[in-house]
Amino acid sequence: MKKQVVICLQCPFACNITVSIDDAGNISEFKNNRCERGKKYATQEIVCPVRVLTSTVALETKDKEHPLLPVQTNGPIPKHLLLDAMKVISKIKVKAPIKYNEVIYPNILDTGIDLVSTFEVLE
Amino acid sequence: MTNILKHEVDLAIIGGGPAGLGAAISAKEAGVKNVLLIERSEELGGVLPQCIHNGFGLHFFKEELTGPTYTYKMLKNAEKAGVDFSTRTMVIRIDPNNTIIALSHNKLLEIHSKATLLCMGCRERSFGALRIPGTRPAGIYTAGTAQRLMNIEGMLPGKRIVILGSGDIGMIMARRMTLEGAMVLAVVELMPFIGGLIRNEIQCLRDFNIPTHVGHTIKEVNGTDRIEKIIITAVDKNRHYIPGTEVEFDADTLLISAGLIPENELSKMAGVQLNPLTGGPIVDNLWQTNVPGIFAGGNVVHVHDLADYASESAALAAVNAAAYAKGTSSQDLDIKVKAGKNIRYIVPNSITKKQEKVTFFMRVTWPLNNATVHIGDLYKKEFIFARPSEQIRIDLPIGMFMKLNHEEIVVSCYGEEAV
Repeated sequence: MKKQVVICLQCPFACNITVSIDDAGNISEFKNNRCERGKKYATQEIVCPVRVLTSTVALETKDKEHPLLPVQTNGPIPKHLLLDAMKVISKIKVKAPIKYNEVIYPNILDTGIDLVSTFEVLE
Repeated sequence: MTNILKHEVDLAIIGGGPAGLGAAISAKEAGVKNVLLIERSEELGGVLPQCIHNGFGLHFFKEELTGPTYTYKMLKNAEKAGVDFSTRTMVIRIDPNNTIIALSHNKLLEIHSKATLLCMGCRERSFGALRIPGTRPAGIYTAGTAQRLMNIEGMLPGKRIVILGSGDIGMIMARRMTLEGAMVLAVVELMPFIGGLIRNEIQCLRDFNIPTHVGHTIKEVNGTDRIEKIIITAVDKNRHYIPGTEVEFDADTLLISAGLIPENELSKMAGVQLNPLTGGPIVDNLWQTNVPGIFAGGNVVHVHDLADYASESAALAAVNAAAYAKGTSSQDLDIKVKAGKNIRYIVPNSITKKQEKVTFFMRVTWPLNNATVHIGDLYKKEFIFARPSEQIRIDLPIGMFMKLNHEEIVVSCYGEEAV
């Protein structure tokens, strides 16, 4: 049996959730969580922590005044893949016009998650 | 020869960031016909277009958004609401009678408004304000400037970074620069605890194993042309250096994330009184300043934790400013609100009008566990903890305050010191 503390980030309470993990590696108990979302979050943090990645990609526009397009993964990806994903992102170049929430790069690193634009660029 | 264009508006909103946009939409929805949103830069949105990280929108839009997306959605709502705006328009003076002088596309504007809403936001405390010994080489940026360089202009400000201050922007830049291949050597915080939100402490610092030195400050910045060396030192509780605790970093860049200051140069010209603790106008429960018809909302009043709260507070202020513009506002109460023990500041500073509820925003001076906020003798609210980085909001019905007319309410917080 071992115990691990996860600080929950689902709301500003930021519960320090103590998770008990039995010898077979299964989660057996949660303590100090205020709600059910905390259990789900703590489980994810222990099994495979995930994060939404936001960055920018090179953008070609008419006015040449906006060299970057802000992007995000449209879902969380495993934390250990963040730096590999940045290597992929650094090679992407797009051309205006770009719609909001347009897929810029599908299925990044085979995660099933797409990289999408977070703003629109008209020309 | 001067070409002055004259405008008459019901409500002028100064500043087109998350506060001004939220206010303009809210004023239109409240039925104000002639609203003018004035913005000095080329685009609306304020700082949010450069805040490409997520964490915005959870309160205002009920979904987690990046800064650009929050702006995008706000702009769509403003378009739907029929908000008129003027970008590249710099207000240079506000007179106490609600006359606004602005420079727009090389023309002077004279705007007469029935009510004015200040939404100028805040700016970063700069390196010059910190009195750090050493030389003054290139490579010193505020965190927000570095953010703009990276996320808007596509330039990496340096490779080996020290960040002074652990505010949210500083932590977010620590992650951003790490992701873009720079090495963040240290985040240095004067206080014995992290200044920003815990979410950023975990997702920006701990996720990337960024060395964090709380209870430390920079003793010396050195370099001839470019920064070559930064020396940090531990400080005692009086913020004096502790000899023998120095650590040297061969950094080339220093980012400053040492707090935000409400931007109130225009407010002062209009005769608006400021609260020295917030740096923002002293406001009543309508978010009205001491100058009749001049209201304030968002970070120009006090620095909010989230852009959502800045939009929301400005939207509340806009409804009241709208009522004033329609001539339906009056003063009917006179209750002063003061910050007491362990409360760094509280907003509003007075209650002057009967409204359904009074919304208080406050910050504690020090992290406390098992904290209880006392609103005078009227009301108590318990918190498992209270941290300076997380503003406390308490909404109370106006009925509670009626018997206290012409009196003063002191708001205090009691608890166990957590650090």
